[in-house]
Amino acid sequence: MFVPHTEAERDEMLKTIGVEQIADLFTDIPANYRFPSLNIPAGLTEMEAAAELQELAQGNEPAGELISFLGAGAYHHYIPAAVNSIVSRGEFLTAYTPYQPEIAQGTLQAIFEYQSLIAALTGMDVSNASHYDGATAAAEAVVMAYHHFRGKRSKIVLSPGVHPHYRATIRTYMQGYADFSIAGDHEEGCDPLSGTESLAERIDANTSLVMVQYPDFFGRIYDFTELVKTAHAAGALVAVAVNPLSLALLKTPGDFGADIVVGEGQPLGIPLSFGGPYLGIFATKKEYVRRLAGRLVGETVDQDGRRAYVLTLTAREQHIRREKATSNICTNQGLIALTSLVYMSLLGKHGLRQVAELCYHKAHYAAEQINQIPGFSVCIDRPFFHEFVVCCPKPVAEINAALLDEGILGGYDLEQDYPALQNRMLVAVTELNSRHEIDVLVEALKEITHA
Amino acid sequence: MPEPTVFELSVAGRVGVRFPEPDVPCAELPAALLRDSLPMPELSELEVVRHFTHLSTLNYSIDKGFYPLGSCTMKYNPKINEDMAKLPGFADIHPLQPIETVQGALVLMYRLQEMLKEISGFSAVSLQPAAGAHGELTGVLIIRAYHHARNDCARTRIIIPDSAHGTNPASSAMSGFEVVNVRTDANGNVDLEALKLLCDDRLAGLMLTNPNTLGLFEQNILQVIEMVHAAGGLVYGDGANLNALLGAARPGDLGIDVMHFNLHKTFSTPHGGGGPGSGPVGVNESLAEYLPGPIVAVVEEGDDENAPLYGFVMPEHSIGRVKAFFGHFGMMVRAYTYILMNGGDGLRRIAEYAVLNANYLMARLKGVYNVPYTRRCMHEFVAEGCWKDVDIHALDIAKRLMDYDIHPPTNYFPLIVHEALMIEPTETEDKQTLDAFADVMLKIAQEARETPALLREAPHNAPTRRLDEVKAARDLVLCCWFPEQ
Amino acid sequence: MNIPVDLIYTQGDEWSKIEGDTATVGITDYAQEQLSDVVFVEFLVGVGDVVEKGQQIATVESVKAAAEVSAPVSGTVTAINEDLPQSPELVNKDSFGGAWMIRLQMSNEAETKALMDSDAYAQYVQERSH
Repeated sequence: MFVPHTEAERDEMLKTIGVEQIADLFTDIPANYRFPSLNIPAGLTEMEAAAELQELAQGNEPAGELISFLGAGAYHHYIPAAVNSIVSRGEFLTAYTPYQPEIAQGTLQAIFEYQSLIAALTGMDVSNASHYDGATAAAEAVVMAYHHFRGKRSKIVLSPGVHPHYRATIRTYMQGYADFSIAGDHEEGCDPLSGTESLAERIDANTSLVMVQYPDFFGRIYDFTELVKTAHAAGALVAVAVNPLSLALLKTPGDFGADIVVGEGQPLGIPLSFGGPYLGIFATKKEYVRRLAGRLVGETVDQDGRRAYVLTLTAREQHIRREKATSNICTNQGLIALTSLVYMSLLGKHGLRQVAELCYHKAHYAAEQINQIPGFSVCIDRPFFHEFVVCCPKPVAEINAALLDEGILGGYDLEQDYPALQNRMLVAVTELNSRHEIDVLVEALKEITHA
Repeated sequence: MPEPTVFELSVAGRVGVRFPEPDVPCAELPAALLRDSLPMPELSELEVVRHFTHLSTLNYSIDKGFYPLGSCTMKYNPKINEDMAKLPGFADIHPLQPIETVQGALVLMYRLQEMLKEISGFSAVSLQPAAGAHGELTGVLIIRAYHHARNDCARTRIIIPDSAHGTNPASSAMSGFEVVNVRTDANGNVDLEALKLLCDDRLAGLMLTNPNTLGLFEQNILQVIEMVHAAGGLVYGDGANLNALLGAARPGDLGIDVMHFNLHKTFSTPHGGGGPGSGPVGVNESLAEYLPGPIVAVVEEGDDENAPLYGFVMPEHSIGRVKAFFGHFGMMVRAYTYILMNGGDGLRRIAEYAVLNANYLMARLKGVYNVPYTRRCMHEFVAEGCWKDVDIHALDIAKRLMDYDIHPPTNYFPLIVHEALMIEPTETEDKQTLDAFADVMLKIAQEARETPALLREAPHNAPTRRLDEVKAARDLVLCCWFPEQ
Repeated sequence: MNIPVDLIYTQGDEWSKIEGDTATVGITDYAQEQLSDVVFVEFLVGVGDVVEKGQQIATVESVKAAAEVSAPVSGTVTAINEDLPQSPELVNKDSFGGAWMIRLQMSNEAETKALMDSDAYAQYVQERSH
């Protein structure tokens, strides 16, 4: 389909090579295995393929066509038109990793600006060029802390309020690390909604890292200053997994003294896209920069003394350090990091704060309304950002099925990940939810209890 | 003039996007938890558009010109892929929606899994890994899980040929294995004698890049796999170079046990300036239960009236999740579109013409540039970017190519070739483009002798001259100036 | 290529200067040239640590390569060169002098016998240049 050669050109090329037919180029493949027939239908034209894909797309109900209160780590936000227009440019889209800096300054400066904005947003000194997503960034933070102590501290304290997928990913990543253990999350029998005290109790001299989420998976906002002090007193590092959009409003992890900030960058202008590609945020303090996995862009000058940018500290990376590298990460989420940069640049200081506040106000309105429905209560005893836990009179799956009949995408059923949290729904509200939508949800929930 | 940064362009009080005022009563903000200030740029929409448009013009890209970057498979990225991934039915669905509301997406993922199985000869596929290196980590963890499930925990070593991809050793080390290198013989194959010495009961597996980074198909592939299997080890296939094998050979048929695919290389999803990639993993039957999940399956069989219901399942002894949600779905839409358009015959044609193009360029260049391994190459080949009679390095040739508006080949990799220039044209380039590249390469070889300074000082016409990488690493300026909080 | 005659050498391109039971250790001129511009030096041991022969004591990074520095002999670390992390370029400028890395009080002086003298090292460097 995308092979341009004419037959005459092909023959001419074969002649230059000195073979008669293309098949002669494949004789190193054992004959019995050469050119198997593939049971894949004949190729389609673009028009036919587009029709098939459109049909599949129509088999889905987009969040934008439903009234959505689903979050739990991926959020439905408004994405300004200019974002897509810029990141669709072929010069960004079809470039490779900027290994040849003289002809990749566009990508390099964009990553440099991304690093700068993430550092500013999180209150950290440095950010890398990004990881795959929030979960893998969290896992890399655990790996980083492990190597920081040269393997001598083999335990982490992990809050049950860290996204269940992140915690699962950490467990997978750490399978090959001898004697590694995790304390504190509910897989260890802890109360999923427990606060920072139960984490502090578990910090000891063998703890390399304490990881919390901010706002946590249940939407709650904690001031982690005391927890960080306790961790540091024991010599441990602290990583905070963030929703970056909330940081337009809230104190930064840097203000708490955190050592590492990871997070899911999806709320910064990235489409939901059924879970990916998203953006793994990873930032840290200056003193840990050489333990930071992944690409980094630094400022320098060219031979004429003009400011320019280049990938730097590459000697830490896998292609040079090989088996001694602390991470195997090679790519970053280049285009997605660019997308978040364009989004942050467009919204800027005022727009970001405005969106964060809209989320906050609408979520609090929704919480207040839901709390008044007989049988429902908002079970959260502290400040929250744009997500909150609702105690329901019935299993959440039942409620959500009924809501879906009304065109409403209900909140996340917490029982799926936390067996102790039966009948608990995690409701997310963003700037895209109008007051009317919230009122429709409230009416629907009232109906359900009557039914 | 260097482009100013977003902070340098910022003017206090400027607003790029406005949002509606709240339509609900404002709640009290938690004063003790608020940040003091938000050091973010303040720009108009037009300034943002111009800033990034200007930056984009400083990039080289496939859309702009020839990009023969070895092992990166810089093929054309069809535009239809982008349109399809942006359909609201794909771009605007939440990963945790009830499965009944996302059947289209699940069908797409299921069919893509099936197609990748058919293309590769594997029994099961997980689409979850986010990139090639992430797929490698996944694959090696699967190898670990397999041995541990059999209580065969003394297998602590992974063998990696010196012609393998650079990420392989780190992926193995991250999974807790000791890495043992095995050398390449004079024909560019794994040295069988050296391999034999390593095939013992400490062997967990071998990571084989095939075609290897010399662009050569492993001529003893069946023997290599047999030796590893006989010693109780498994063979990991680095699928980064699968473009050469589409419809030409199926790694699963050859006996490879586990392999990652690079949707961003073989299946035309754009590289995006360094990502996102997508690195699904395929395995043979005995490893299927260890795949990371969840993966898509039919959860309710259909009948004459009803379509089957697709949903997610976790393989029985899964290594677990390797990331949040289900993988880079947006990349899956693109890859699926690409496979649909090519069809079975089209896929074979891709491999055939990728290999034809590489061999053609090798034939045109090998008299002037030394090619240390001269047997038929697959999708790429490696030449030496230096000559005995002149003091010119691969780097100088690479930089000089920029002056002719051509992206340089991969240089200084693989390490086993002196001053390597690794050239992968891909199947989407026509003969005229290849000839123009070959002509420029021959001209540069001539310049190397006649006007070597021209190469050493290159590039002359690029957006910047050569950069001071030492300054970047010593000064470590990793953030631009931004206002104090 | 500078190869001082009063030093002894390892195959890992470390040099040692032996004074009584003290060994001062660094990396050779050949090693720094192979690495090119050094941008980072990190010590993996501190004063008072007991190190075994062959144990990694430092990491040296340039823009394109990384090297591990190993202890040529066993002993107790009595000093480390605090200037190096701040001025890694010293490794390129003065590899046998200002860029010394650590000082060890040797626990087994016999280990020095296994190291190369300058002639042997010069030949070893020569062999690898081909």
